[in-house]
Amino acid sequence: MKARVVVTLKNGVLDPQGKAIEGALKSLGVEGVASVRQGKVFDVELDGADANAAKAQLQAACEKLLANTVIENYQIEV
Amino acid sequence: MKAAVVVFPGSNREGDMARALTQATGRQPSMLWHANHELPAGTDLVVLPGGFSYGDYLRCGAIAGRAAIMDAVRAHAARGGLVLGVCNGFQILCESGLLPGVLMRNANLRFVCRMQHLKVERNDTAFTRHYARGQTIEVCIAHGEGNYEADDATIERLEGEGLVAFRYCDAEGRLGGEANPNGSRNDIAGIYSDGRNVLGLMPHPENLIDPLVGGIDGRGLFESLASAA
Repeated sequence: MKARVVVTLKNGVLDPQGKAIEGALKSLGVEGVASVRQGKVFDVELDGADANAAKAQLQAACEKLLANTVIENYQIEV
Repeated sequence: MKAAVVVFPGSNREGDMARALTQATGRQPSMLWHANHELPAGTDLVVLPGGFSYGDYLRCGAIAGRAAIMDAVRAHAARGGLVLGVCNGFQILCESGLLPGVLMRNANLRFVCRMQHLKVERNDTAFTRHYARGQTIEVCIAHGEGNYEADDATIERLEGEGLVAFRYCDAEGRLGGEANPNGSRNDIAGIYSDGRNVLGLMPHPENLIDPLVGGIDGRGLFESLASAA
């Protein structure tokens, strides 16, 4: 089974990389960019076929390693 | 003082750290590979050195923070044992939950490598007895992710309970402005755990122990440790 985990910075956490990208987009003339926040995407292949079990496994993976929950949120798509 | 330096794939300051420890304590620390599950018997101090463990993949210190040896380091700290994390070692301590907060990308997005003054916040800990309270020392920094961040409640607790160990300052001891190299909250360069037996800091005191390379202000930390146990 294929799954995707998206990790993003929590609201209010300063994101210097996102800010730099936002500035670069503006300097490239890309119009209408109000703000940019940078995150991470993990594409994970799992052995089992049960969606609920997969979600539980990935939640454990996020809590243990994939996200630093002090500053990051995560979303799991199965 | 029996010290152990933990080596992860990508650590690169363990030799400097061993040299500083040997100079202050008169005995060589044991070098400990991260896959070990136990510390050498009788270890007083565990040191997590600087470097780029696991190539800084995922987040700085994230993978090393979950290495096998870290359970033993956590148990050592829970017993009141001394733990020192420098630079990447500080990032590993935050990722492993031994210290609160997180080291974010420097606010100016640049890797900073320069001499840096620090203010010693208190001198009644195992790490700082050989300094004066409020003393300004000059050491060096070399990091891209040293911007200390934590939620407001954590910052308030660190400040209220005297858990800030070092702050960035200029040569006259003034905080803030240009003296802060990375945007760190409250100019924080290093923090203690609740019991003040765990210290994490971004600067490298282990590189300022020999007049030949620019100063000896880092010696105080290792001499304090040598006399602590």
